[in-house]
Amino acid sequence: MTSLHSNTLFHWSTDDCLCWFLRGLAAVAGTIVIVIVTFLIMEALPVLQRIGLLRFFTDPSWHPAEGFYNLTPMLWGTLFAMAGSVLIATPLGILSAVFCHYYAPVSLGRLYRRLIELLAGIPSVVYGFWGLVVLVPMIGEIHPPGPSLLAGILILTIMILPTIALMADASLANVPQQYLRGAAALGLPRWATIRGVVFPAAKSGLFTGVILETGRAIGETMAILMVCGNVVQTPSSLLDPVRTLTANIALEMAYALGDHRAALFVSGLVLMAMIVALAIAAEWISRGRIYG
Amino acid sequence: MVKTLSRSQNPREWLAFVLVWGAAAVVTATFCWLLGDILWHGLSRLSWTFLTAPPESAGRRGGIGPILVSTFLILGVCLAVSLPIGVGTAVLLAEFTLDQGLFGRMTRRSLDVLAGVPSIVFGLFGNAFFCKTLGLGFSILSGGLTLACMVLPILIRSTEEGFRAVPASYRLSAAALGLSRTTTLLHLLLPAAVPGLIVGLVLGVGRAIAETAALIFTSGYVDRMPESLLDSGRALSIHIFDLSMNVSGGDANAYGSALVLVVLLLLINGTASWLATVGLHRKIVTV
Repeated sequence: MTSLHSNTLFHWSTDDCLCWFLRGLAAVAGTIVIVIVTFLIMEALPVLQRIGLLRFFTDPSWHPAEGFYNLTPMLWGTLFAMAGSVLIATPLGILSAVFCHYYAPVSLGRLYRRLIELLAGIPSVVYGFWGLVVLVPMIGEIHPPGPSLLAGILILTIMILPTIALMADASLANVPQQYLRGAAALGLPRWATIRGVVFPAAKSGLFTGVILETGRAIGETMAILMVCGNVVQTPSSLLDPVRTLTANIALEMAYALGDHRAALFVSGLVLMAMIVALAIAAEWISRGRIYG
Repeated sequence: MVKTLSRSQNPREWLAFVLVWGAAAVVTATFCWLLGDILWHGLSRLSWTFLTAPPESAGRRGGIGPILVSTFLILGVCLAVSLPIGVGTAVLLAEFTLDQGLFGRMTRRSLDVLAGVPSIVFGLFGNAFFCKTLGLGFSILSGGLTLACMVLPILIRSTEEGFRAVPASYRLSAAALGLSRTTTLLHLLLPAAVPGLIVGLVLGVGRAIAETAALIFTSGYVDRMPESLLDSGRALSIHIFDLSMNVSGGDANAYGSALVLVVLLLLINGTASWLATVGLHRKIVTV
């Protein structure tokens, strides 16, 4: 970029106009997040003032019509689905990237990367539909009824896998070639090189990938809504149906009024808080040194 | 790719070898299964009448004509709003602010957070702001505006990269010739940055067309042919959701719609990656 200051001998008034015009547009783009949070708070405020934040976690159950607003079962649903899918998708995704870079022949690796990119482009409602007509009946045969936390975890895994695989792929590509040559000169075998040299060098990129996929897993709505069964309960096994925070909003927003509607905006705020926490974690990791 | 890594005979190496190939095989198999299933069941539904006819009996029979029209109208609104704001912001971030400046840093951080906001939260916001506060109701306009907020970060990121890929010599030569920055931007930088802009545009369209959760409470469920932008219109993704969840016996048409959506998206993503590899390395202006 050339200097911000006027870079010619003349002063052009059109430049000033343009600059202010662009600043206006950027201000619009930059304030959207603030407007979103403001509106969530405004809509949530009536119920927060009346019953306080604490009751969202201590009420006996989620029965908005009777004035009970316990969000904990949904919170557990979200956390379990997220944890399960991140636990499966992270090794699969990182191994996928390793496959592309160090194990597959060049042409196969390129083909495989293209496949992951395709996978990243498929919409969540199609994943959900496939889960509903293929995966859920299969789980139903083992343990009826089919819609369950397990189905949700599996679908989420397929959905977030491309995110971590592509991020890991990019960070492996950035590992300096001389590290690999050094390892080869020391006579290290392939996996020892990857574990001992490549992973530590690519650490911050891999962690950023994990954070991104966690964000996707928390925010995913439609696929989860279609395969999880949506019963409000804290799951006691993988085969129990659950309802996540996002699915709860999607299911009840259509008919919610008054305090019930406000309670759904509170769960929106909870989701936003999780995402902001993740964004801060990402910032913190990307600031850290590569070799720690 | 380093070819010098040797494969030794020790068991840990073999285990890793099997695991890595196994992971790749599992991912490939799942992908083929998914796409094969959609293709197998969807192809039999696909025909010209399916694409143009209106849905009958809640979508069990008939086609997806009005739904495609609504989808493209929502997309049109989304692009008409997000394109000027997105390109303007990208120009400002790439050309008119210092990287370390406060305004640029704040804008960039706010866009990073915006990129991570779950789509259902966009839906809540769109419902509260566009439908209720601005009084647009459940309409194509509300849906398109909500999606515009959603695709902005993607659009800005790639457009900005397009501008940064333009060599600095362009700007220096223009300055040496005494051109104003406006002229430089319009006649030199903008044409050179077009590939990045198009990649951003295509990625944004892909995100918008795949979106469901943000549209349920903003553009609504009505599956009639929309007569104006203030009518409620059902997007393709919502049609799939509704057919599979709320309409018994809608699976056949849901497969057909899913195939249409997937084909649209694969076309869009293919264009994006083709443009990214071909377009970004081509010099538009030869000096």
